[in-house]
Amino acid sequence: MTDHHKGLVTTNVWRSLRRYTDARIGLGRAGISLPTSELLEFQLAHARARDAVHFPLAVGQLIEDLSHLDSKAIASEPLCLHSQAADRLTYLQRPDLGRRLSPSAQDAVLEAQDSEQSAPDLALVVVDGLSSSAVQTNVTPFLERFLADFEQERQSWRLAPLTIVQQGRVAIGDEIGALLRARMVVVLIGERPGLSAPDSLGIYLTFGPKAGLSDAHRNCISNVRPAGLRFEDASQRLLYLIREADRLKLSGVELKDRTEEVVIENKLANNNFLTN
Amino acid sequence: MQHTYSHQVGGRTWHFRNLADLMAKATPARSGDRLAGVMAESAEERVVAQMRLAELPLKAFLSEALIPYETDEVTRLILDDHDATAFLAIAHLTVGDFRNWLLSDHATPEVLEALRPGLTPEMVAAVSKLMRNQDLILVARKCREQTAFRNTIGLPGHLSTRLQPNHPTDDMAGIAASILDGLLYGSGDAVIGINPATDNVAQATKLMRLMDEVIRKYDIPTQSCVLTHVTNTLEAIEQGAPVDLVFQSIGGTEATNSSFGFNLATLQEAQDAALSLKRGTVGQNVMYFETGQGSSLSADAHHGLDQQTCEARAYAVARRFNPLLVNTVVGFIGPEYLFDGKEIIRAGLEDHFCGKLLGVPMGCDICYTNHAEADQNDMDNLLTLLGVAGCTFIMGIPGSDDIMLNYQTTSFHDALYARRALDLKPAPEFAAWLERMNIFEDGARYEPSAELPPAFKNSLKGLSGEARHD
Repeated sequence: MTDHHKGLVTTNVWRSLRRYTDARIGLGRAGISLPTSELLEFQLAHARARDAVHFPLAVGQLIEDLSHLDSKAIASEPLCLHSQAADRLTYLQRPDLGRRLSPSAQDAVLEAQDSEQSAPDLALVVVDGLSSSAVQTNVTPFLERFLADFEQERQSWRLAPLTIVQQGRVAIGDEIGALLRARMVVVLIGERPGLSAPDSLGIYLTFGPKAGLSDAHRNCISNVRPAGLRFEDASQRLLYLIREADRLKLSGVELKDRTEEVVIENKLANNNFLTN
Repeated sequence: MQHTYSHQVGGRTWHFRNLADLMAKATPARSGDRLAGVMAESAEERVVAQMRLAELPLKAFLSEALIPYETDEVTRLILDDHDATAFLAIAHLTVGDFRNWLLSDHATPEVLEALRPGLTPEMVAAVSKLMRNQDLILVARKCREQTAFRNTIGLPGHLSTRLQPNHPTDDMAGIAASILDGLLYGSGDAVIGINPATDNVAQATKLMRLMDEVIRKYDIPTQSCVLTHVTNTLEAIEQGAPVDLVFQSIGGTEATNSSFGFNLATLQEAQDAALSLKRGTVGQNVMYFETGQGSSLSADAHHGLDQQTCEARAYAVARRFNPLLVNTVVGFIGPEYLFDGKEIIRAGLEDHFCGKLLGVPMGCDICYTNHAEADQNDMDNLLTLLGVAGCTFIMGIPGSDDIMLNYQTTSFHDALYARRALDLKPAPEFAAWLERMNIFEDGARYEPSAELPPAFKNSLKGLSGEARHD
């Protein structure tokens, strides 16, 4: 607590309403401005979000973490790839370059693909995206859960080698999936960090991946992190999407995620204390 | 009719493919124009383009459409609505002369108001490209645009705020908590406006009823809006929902608007439907629009135009429907369109200037995302500059942190800063309400009451007994 002289800050009694929302309500004021402690809380949250955007993904550490998973999906060393965006500044200004593999990365994927016998059913692609911390902290525990669930349900499915992409956008997964001849691709990517959540992981599914597909062809599961959508729930939703994509032979807007609607219905209850 | 433009400086002659190319190359640098591949290739080429643009007669914009009349209904709207009589006051000027004229004392608030129907967005965009930030501020300050629904917005010396109580799951108690916080900090005279987390008619209606109940119970002279798609609002109106304002994100080309899922006829239908409800008490401006540079490029619908010219064309769409409020969401789109604080500030001032000159009640969502090279200090700068420029309204959100849309915009505290630093008042009906409710102890000092105002004590009674977190 930085505000030692309490008389200088006017507090707000309605701050207790924070149990209904994560919004920064009831901050109080010094004069009409933010109290020092609240100012610094905000700056800390912004600093973490900035670091999540700009710190490079520690690929070596991630591979080390993944190597402890007990899954045949991680049997071989992951393939490390790079987009056409050479650095973070280019990446931020040229999303088009983040959607395409560098020429050497294309060669590396083709080489890995050549050694395969038959086309894989699913390719898993890990992409740094806009938050390295989301990938660093959440990919391994999520995959631990998902691969266990997946291998139980789909014992006969063939998995492509895991790929890890730096300076990538969501759509780069489609190019990788196509080069690997995968029937579907799942991208795990760091989402644009918010102040309250610098480490949200996004999960995208494309059936029949090929370069140049739009967002309309993908299904998305957002906000995957311990304080958001939990790993076990995200895993179940992804399995549901894979099941539906396999059944309908498509993904995207025509594949409705019915698992979400139940949740929303519950939230329609009216508990507006201002008028009740 | 398309023709090429050239300009000689020193020994060198520079060529520009057409008017769109000249406009794009004359635009101050920004990442979106680089992404689109329309930006000047050097700093020198940019200034040469500005010099050539300065020589261009304003009349040229009436004969050379940047997007063909035949294929774009926004171009048709611009040219069909153009008032040649109003234009006569400046018909003899070049773009460069127009800047001088705007800055001169010939251009009084009254003269500028009479000129509006004679101006096209392209003329306004063109002159803005020659103007420094202080020019954009000084001229915008002279533009008056007053609108009304349950209060009066846009009076000189006033600044209104949109209370934006978003919640990531549309939780009713969570939204009510943010509304209360905002009201007690004096926010919400422009509108109480929610971006719904779930975009469908049932959800929008639920949120409309919530806000309607709050506005009626506390007798607040303001209006509500759920920022859902225009077709959802139309359906909600048909089902009898309490709709004050109709919202839509709009762009400056027909193809942009198609990608948003509407056309001009849709907006007309929605305006008529909202007017039929007759819910305004002091005025009948029933539309609320949001815009932002980069939306046309993002929709692959920019026709090779620079993003600022596309943006100005969106204001022609807006003004056709007599909106209560229009705001540019200037830093939301991300660094691939506006890279850093400098570009965001410039774009905010351009958008405000262009909107005001065309006669739109222009506000600004002064904002940034965490992957842009911007921070709170940049927002403080833009807020102060727009406050001086006479910006109609800004956003208000608890502690600048939108936990639903994951970006930062101006806070309730920020609005109080602008009021104090620049002596900017809330809408008069709302200011009177703040005093009547004891929310502001002393309206002239813009200071919230230290005590919980009596009318809100009852609502919070059932919630007391909780330990305070601080």
